[in-house]
Amino acid sequence: MSLTFENISLTVNGERHIFETNFTFEKATMNVLLGATLSGKTTLMRLMAGLEKPTTGRILWNGEDVTGKRVQDRDIAFIYQQFINYPSLSVYKNIASPLRVMKKSNNEIEEKVKKWADLMKLTPFLERRPLELSGGQQQRCALARALIKEAGLVLMDEPLANLDYKLREELREEIPKIFEQSGAIFVYATTEAEEALLLGGNTATLHEGCITQFGNTSSLYHQPKDTVTASIFSNPPMNFLKFNKTNEKMIFADGTVTAPIKNIPDGDFVAGFRPNHLELNHSNSNAIKFDATLITTEITGSETYLHMDHQDKKWVGLIHGVHELPLGEDISVYLDPGHMFIFDQNGSLVHSANATKGWV
Amino acid sequence: MIKINKSTFIMILYFVFLLLPIYWLLNMSFKTNQEILSTFSLWPSEFTFDNYIVIFSDPSWYGGYINSITYVVLNTIISLAVAIPAAYAFSRYTFMGDKHLFFWLLTNRMAPPAVFALPFFQLYSSVGLFDTHIAVALAHTLFNVPLAVWILEGFMRGVPKEIDETAYIDGYTFFKFFGKIFMPLIASGIGVAAFFCFMFSWVELLLSRTLTSVDAKSIAATMTRTASASGLDWGVLAAAGVLTIIPGALVIYFVRNHIAKGFALGRV
Repeated sequence: MSLTFENISLTVNGERHIFETNFTFEKATMNVLLGATLSGKTTLMRLMAGLEKPTTGRILWNGEDVTGKRVQDRDIAFIYQQFINYPSLSVYKNIASPLRVMKKSNNEIEEKVKKWADLMKLTPFLERRPLELSGGQQQRCALARALIKEAGLVLMDEPLANLDYKLREELREEIPKIFEQSGAIFVYATTEAEEALLLGGNTATLHEGCITQFGNTSSLYHQPKDTVTASIFSNPPMNFLKFNKTNEKMIFADGTVTAPIKNIPDGDFVAGFRPNHLELNHSNSNAIKFDATLITTEITGSETYLHMDHQDKKWVGLIHGVHELPLGEDISVYLDPGHMFIFDQNGSLVHSANATKGWV
Repeated sequence: MIKINKSTFIMILYFVFLLLPIYWLLNMSFKTNQEILSTFSLWPSEFTFDNYIVIFSDPSWYGGYINSITYVVLNTIISLAVAIPAAYAFSRYTFMGDKHLFFWLLTNRMAPPAVFALPFFQLYSSVGLFDTHIAVALAHTLFNVPLAVWILEGFMRGVPKEIDETAYIDGYTFFKFFGKIFMPLIASGIGVAAFFCFMFSWVELLLSRTLTSVDAKSIAATMTRTASASGLDWGVLAAAGVLTIIPGALVIYFVRNHIAKGFALGRV
């Protein structure tokens, strides 16, 4: 089982929605599409499902061209961000509906519906209508209906985005389990970097209709190809600053340090680092001191987000513990240069942060 | 001394104004012609069913009801059969000129039926449809299809497109999806649209009178023609009026919940 996109692109009313895309999803893999809203995640999934016809290119399923195939004839399941169920049918009939269409025997239907209702904790509600359920139950009903088909390709478009935090946590644990059992290709769209990391597997980062990078999730996190991918795969987004390297020295606007990074030539570069590596204390002797203006702070309970202006760039810092800091004033923050990703002037990665030390 | 609440008083007044004409009709229908013409009485002094007996025994009277109901039902079926697919297309697809077409459909309702009386009469006479039930039913679709499309489009737009897509992914063909999933979701809309088609066709007089003479003569036409024929048979006419109200009242009774939902959805 495999899904391949060959030069797929989509143009709607002269506007490019998806740029030429090539990739292959292999059998029994979890593939995460990660990108901001409007980056093309949903469109890409709709192309995979056949709900949208590509302008150019071919879609191969197990090596067979399925580009023009009807949605009904494809081996797919789709779960929407909104909880889509058939409001006029009971939960039982909702879950059973794909099997009914396949003309399965009543015994088989009953057995399978029971199994999935159990898995999705819907057994007490089988006689209710979907709209009489809570949001989480509605989405579980949609999940059960999609998964009971045992399709080869399961597309999930931000399935947890409309749920509250607790339900999301709960379902997020269940999805990898279901995936393990099914042996299908799962495609999971999300805007959250953490979700991609939790699900593991492979990740494709999307930006304005382009896949910027596709590969193993953790390798993507540790070695983003360019500044765009790095920004997408970092939440809050990565912070950037320019520097110049000459003779073993990294010259920042705020000061100069001896470069811990030897393998790059002299010249102008952009350094990027994740918000959680900024510190308020000079605890590491290698750390560089930066002066920034504090705009706002957000305190979540165990962590404090600092929103700062550093020269012409906006920075975000994520600091453990609750910190009450004066707003609108200059503060000093510290960063170990070991945590820096170095990008060249075009934004391509030339040196990734030292992952072996567990810094990233 | 009975103390009457202010709002109760207003409600009573409201019902009196609302029901007085209907009561007067009912009152007249149980009186003899002589009593109607000679005295002013709040209720019949000589209570009689004769007027109703005339209507139920004379084919020219009860035939009117049968004719009316025939073309009204025909019209409602044709209107919905045309409007449901049309409304689905307007709510789901974008095509060249879709908005103009939608508006243009509605403009059909802006002309009074009298405008169409002459062309319809000439057209239906020349193709041999004059004085048939289908002629009146077809003529009324000119007004009912746009209204039904408009009502149904609102209901259909309220059903997320994702439900259509989910059904296709589940394996439903278009027709199976439409019948099993989609129609039950817009049942209220269909009820409301059917109600409006029924009501318009039931009360419309001019076209139904122009397009019929004997075989398909409508009840409204029968009532007006009786008035001009042999003086005025007040009591029978009143009884006919009462009987004409009943089908409408029955329809309203059966679809009242759907109508309430229809209004709640913000269209109609």
